[in-house]
Amino acid sequence: MSTPALPPGLAIQKVDERIMTLNVGPQHPGSGHMRIIVQIDGDYIVACDPDPGYVHRGEEKMAEYRNYVLNIPHLERPVIHDSCNILYPYVLGVEELLGLEISERAKYIRVIAAELNRCVYTMYWLAIYGIFLGHSTMFMWPAGDRELLIDLLEKMTGARVTHSYFIPGGIRNDLPANFEDVCLRQVNYFEKRIKEYADVFYDNPILISRTEKTGVLSREDAIRLGTTGSVLRASGVDYDVRKKEPYDVYDELDFETNVMKSGDSYARSKIPWLDMMESCRIIRDALQKMPKSGSVRVKLKPNPKGGIGSVYKRVESGRGALGCYIVSDKKPEPYRLKLSVPSFRNLIALPYLLIGEKLGNMPSVYWSLNYWPVEADR
Amino acid sequence: MSSEPEKETVGKKPEDSKPTDDKATEKPAAEKPVSAKPDTAKKSVPAKAPPKEEPELPAFEKGIVDKITEKFGEKTTVSFVKPDRIGIKVGRDDIHDVAEFARDVLNYDHVDSVAGVDYPADKEIEVVYHLSSYTDPSLSRQILELATRAQREDNPIPGSDATKLPSLRDIFYSVEFHEREAFEMLGVYFEGHPDNRRLLLPEDWADLPPLRKDFRNKGR
Repeated sequence: MSTPALPPGLAIQKVDERIMTLNVGPQHPGSGHMRIIVQIDGDYIVACDPDPGYVHRGEEKMAEYRNYVLNIPHLERPVIHDSCNILYPYVLGVEELLGLEISERAKYIRVIAAELNRCVYTMYWLAIYGIFLGHSTMFMWPAGDRELLIDLLEKMTGARVTHSYFIPGGIRNDLPANFEDVCLRQVNYFEKRIKEYADVFYDNPILISRTEKTGVLSREDAIRLGTTGSVLRASGVDYDVRKKEPYDVYDELDFETNVMKSGDSYARSKIPWLDMMESCRIIRDALQKMPKSGSVRVKLKPNPKGGIGSVYKRVESGRGALGCYIVSDKKPEPYRLKLSVPSFRNLIALPYLLIGEKLGNMPSVYWSLNYWPVEADR
Repeated sequence: MSSEPEKETVGKKPEDSKPTDDKATEKPAAEKPVSAKPDTAKKSVPAKAPPKEEPELPAFEKGIVDKITEKFGEKTTVSFVKPDRIGIKVGRDDIHDVAEFARDVLNYDHVDSVAGVDYPADKEIEVVYHLSSYTDPSLSRQILELATRAQREDNPIPGSDATKLPSLRDIFYSVEFHEREAFEMLGVYFEGHPDNRRLLLPEDWADLPPLRKDFRNKGR
C-alpha cells in the first residue's frame, strides 16, 4: 500500500490565498455527527461539501444476517426518536412479502403510535433548532413538553425511546387499560401547549429576521433535487405520502397537509410545527374511530420466509418519505434491504442552499433541512 | 430475478388489448381494498402458469408498461406489474435512454432510492432505481423500478475494473448522492457522474465494497 494511485474522484487541492476552507464538525455541536466542509470568501460561503458517514453502522448489511423479526430492534436505531416511523415501511414490506393481513385495531394503534412518535421527533428537532439560533427558551419548552408524549408511548410500548413496537403482523402488545382517556387528555394539553410556541418563536421578529429569505429553495429545484417531507412542502409542493399513497388507515382519517410557498428556512422550520397540530388531529380522530377491542397481532411462524421477489414500501416519517426496499430469496433473512431515508435525500439540497449565504446563517439553514445525521448514515 | 419467462408474455400483451380492457374496468375498484392480492399474486408467480397472472394486471400500470415496451420493445423486460409498482429490467446500454423516456414522456421527475444488489452467482451487480413523481397527480402513488446490471468482478478495484454503468445524474439530478453510495458500497462505477468520491465510508477504506456478498461481517 505504498503511495497508491488516487481513486477516481479524489484530488489534491492547492491552498488558496483568498478562499478559506473551514471544517464544521464532526465534533462541532452544531453539526451533529457529520462534517460540513465549507469554503468561505470573507463571510460568504462559496462552496460546500457535506461529508456524512461518521456514524455509519451498516444497518443494511446487518439486516442480511438476521431474520425478519430479529431485524426489528436494530433497524430503528438510525433515528431512535422516530423509531416507529422508521420501522413502518419495513414492517409493511415484510407483511406484503409474508402475505399477512393485519387487524383493523392494530392498524389504528400503529397510526396513533406513529403520530405520537412524529411529534416526539419534531419536538426534539425543534429544541435543537432553538438552541442553534441561540433561543434557550425554545430549547427548554419542547424538551420538556415532549415528555408528555414520551410518557404516553412508554405506557403503550414499555420503552421511552426505542419502542420496537411495530412487528410484522401488527403490534407487539395491546394498549393498556384506560389508555384512550389518558391519551386524549395529554394530546389536548400538548396541542394547547405547542400553540403557545407561536408567541415565543414563530412570531418572534428575531427568528423571522434570521430565517426569512435565507436558503431559498425554489419549487422547481425542490422537485429536481428529489427533496422530501417538510423541505418539499415548504417549497410549495403538496406531497405527503400519508395523503398520496395512504397506508394502513390514513385514508379514513381526517387531516390536511401543510404547504408553504416561500421555500426559505422560516417555512422549513414552520412546517413540522404545523404538522404536529395535524398529528394531534389524526390521533384524536383515530382514537374515536378505532375498534375498541380485537386482536392486535397475527401469530408468526418461527423464522418466517418470504417468497422470491422484492417489495418497495414508503411512509411519511417525521422528516419525509421513508422508503424500504426488500429483496427476498426464500430465506428467513432478507437478501438485501435498502432504507431510502429522507435525511439522505434532503442532504443533496445543503450544498445547493448554502452557496452565497453568510456563514452565520449556516446553522439555521442546515438544521431547517430536518436532517438527522445518524439516519442519513444508517 | 427469478421469474423471467412469464414476463415476456406481459410485454407482448399490448397487441390484444381488448380483453384486458374489459377486466381493467372492474379491476381498480377491486384491487385497492384487498391489499393481500399483490402478495398472493407475486408469491405464486414462480409456480403459476403465465395466463393466470394476466387478469391481475392493473389497468393504469399496464398503460405505462405498454408505452415503454412500445418504444423500446425487446430492450426491456417487464419483471412485475403490481398495483402502484412496476418493475422493468433494462440492459446497461439502454438504461440512459429508458430513464430519459421516463422523465420526458412518462413524467417521472425524481428518484426515490437507488439500491445496489449483489448477485455473485450470476456474476452481476444489479442497480435498482425507484422513480417517482411529484408533479403528475396520476403518478403520485406510482413507483417505477428500473433495474440494470453491471458485470461483477471477483477481485474488484472500484472504479478501475469492468463494473461500470452509465450514470443517470444528468437526467435525474436527485441520484447524485445515491450513486455515490452505490459506488462505495458495491463498487459500481457510474460513468458520467461528476463526483465519484466516497460518501459514507472512510476515504482510506481498502477492503472489499462492504455490501458485496463476499464481504462478511466479523463474527458472522
